[in-house]
Amino acid sequence: MLTLAWKNLFHDKVRLVVTLVGIVFALVLILIQFGLFLSFMDTSANIVEHSRADLWISSPKIPHVNGGSPMAESQRWKALQVPGVQRADRFILAWVPWKLPSGAIEQVQVAGFLLDGDMGRPWNIVAGSVEALRAEDTVIVDEIYKEKLGVTRLGQVVEMSGRRARVVGFTHGIRSFTTSPYIFTSFKNALNYSPGMTEKDTVYFHIRVAPGFTPAQVKRSLQQMLPQFDIYTNDEMLSKTRTYWVFETGAGITTLMGAILGLIVGIVVVAQTIYAATVDHIREFGTLKAMGASNMRIYEVILAQAAMSAVIGYTFAIAIAYFVSQGSQGGNAPIALPPQVAAGTLLLAIGMCAGASIISIRKATTIDPAMVFRG
Amino acid sequence: MIEIRNLVKTYGKGSAAVHALNGVDFDVAAGEVVMLMGPSGSGKTTLLSAMGCILQATSGSIQIDGREIVGLPESKLPRIRLEHFGFIFQGFNLFPALTARENVELSLKLKGVSSSQCRRRATELLEQVGLGDKLKTHPADLSGGQKQRIAIARALAGDPPIILADEPTAALDSHSGQTVMELLTALARQRQRAVVVVTHDNRVLHYADRTVHIADGRIANHFEEGRTAA
Ligand SMILES: Nc1ncnc2c1ncn2[C@@H]1O[C@H](COP(=O)(O)OP(=O)(O)OP(=O)(O)O)[C@@H](O)[C@H]1O
Ligand SMILES: [Mg+2]
Repeated sequence: MLTLAWKNLFHDKVRLVVTLVGIVFALVLILIQFGLFLSFMDTSANIVEHSRADLWISSPKIPHVNGGSPMAESQRWKALQVPGVQRADRFILAWVPWKLPSGAIEQVQVAGFLLDGDMGRPWNIVAGSVEALRAEDTVIVDEIYKEKLGVTRLGQVVEMSGRRARVVGFTHGIRSFTTSPYIFTSFKNALNYSPGMTEKDTVYFHIRVAPGFTPAQVKRSLQQMLPQFDIYTNDEMLSKTRTYWVFETGAGITTLMGAILGLIVGIVVVAQTIYAATVDHIREFGTLKAMGASNMRIYEVILAQAAMSAVIGYTFAIAIAYFVSQGSQGGNAPIALPPQVAAGTLLLAIGMCAGASIISIRKATTIDPAMVFRG
Repeated sequence: MIEIRNLVKTYGKGSAAVHALNGVDFDVAAGEVVMLMGPSGSGKTTLLSAMGCILQATSGSIQIDGREIVGLPESKLPRIRLEHFGFIFQGFNLFPALTARENVELSLKLKGVSSSQCRRRATELLEQVGLGDKLKTHPADLSGGQKQRIAIARALAGDPPIILADEPTAALDSHSGQTVMELLTALARQRQRAVVVVTHDNRVLHYADRTVHIADGRIANHFEEGRTAA
């Protein structure tokens, strides 16, 4: 039966090509849109994901992590009195202007962390070092944004927030979901770059919970001690930020819609071609039935054809998606292609093609074997 | 082998009803070659399909090896066809994507014969119908007579006790028609297979043990034919 499915599939090459183009188009669309969605999920809150903080204290009612506003540092001692609070480190995240060599201005987000702590630090350092940030007016930027920011080398001096800034390190792959890159520096330097902030201010406190306490526990106690502030667990801050950027801005929904569209296109195209193939081979199916094949054997042939088309189409699609994904990594909208998605898409492809076979299977059930004696 | 009593088949209902078979009595003994003749529309194909379990009769009785099949649920019929019948059609009904050998193998595979056995049996049968050199040829590249010979090999492949053929020579020139009939009857006799052939062609009648005439859905007369040519 499998031989028949395979041979029939390749017998009509034009139809096979049409089917495969449909499948490949649909799968590539699905893979790319979903890959974009995943990378949106990833980049939208990477600064939270990598913070290593257990809890965040923020001014009330912030929409997302990039929307914090300054608050008085003086509450820190209160936080430290709460049982289970091991560290409460200040952290700045603020939007500031960056001057390009051409004189044009780009908005960036300065991220200032405590050099003596271990929270809120940049990750994936590929050149220079965090220690170099102990010097005044020094920053670390990401390689991806070199061109955008007019940075070419370590040691280069640029202008941020009207102050000089010397590039002392590069990270790799710390993207910003917005068009404004993150610029890492020490908390002390960040204060200088943030207009209107003084020694007595911070934007967040990163809280490290002591061993033996859970973040949820400490969050409750902190909330009682500091009712005027909002306390988030790292996960809460993560999902708040993600939800905002990916869902509330519509960016993520658009990609998901794209993926769903791909699925619909795929099902329609594949259903069409598989149905046309079934109708074309109706006499053969009738003959098979006359020869004693049960309906199950006929379904087997139709489903095997669908599955074979799915696997062949998937092979092309994953290759294309892989190259697109590789090519996109340096750009602004990287397309993630984790193995789970690749594997899931194979199942989806088979499911899609099997689903598209349903009307063909219904058709096959109605074949009257007596047709074989006619004409 | 097959005993048909008072078989009725009516297509459609009410004023549109067509009475294709009006009480047919017909027997086929093991190993005999029977020709079924009659004018167009007399019910030959209907009778053949009913005894081959391809068509549900309206009433009457068909017993195959003593087992009643009229009124059996549709789902039981494929198995009976698989075990008892080999079919040969006027239009060949080969699978165009498959080679000659794969076409024959397919009917063996339906019976659950292992791949290597399938291959050996199919090759053997194609050699017997004189197509030993066409094993890997597709039907499109063969003549009508050659296609029908593949169909004969396919019908015989699963070793069914009964071969049913509906006008197997109608699409062939007379020489190929003779060859096909000769092969079919010779191979069937050699294996003790019963064969029922619907035909219009008087020139092939001498291959039969017996010829049955049908008209207006009734058996008209029976008479024995000598086996002179066989
Ligand atoms: N599926 C069907 N629906 C309605 N009527 C049918 C159907 N099949 C056959 N008939 C009618 O039943 C009668 C017998 O048809 P059948 O095909 O058995 O004749 P036949 O002897 O095989 O004719 P031919 O020599 O032309 O093949 C005819 O009147 C035909 O029109
Ligand atoms: Mg007929």
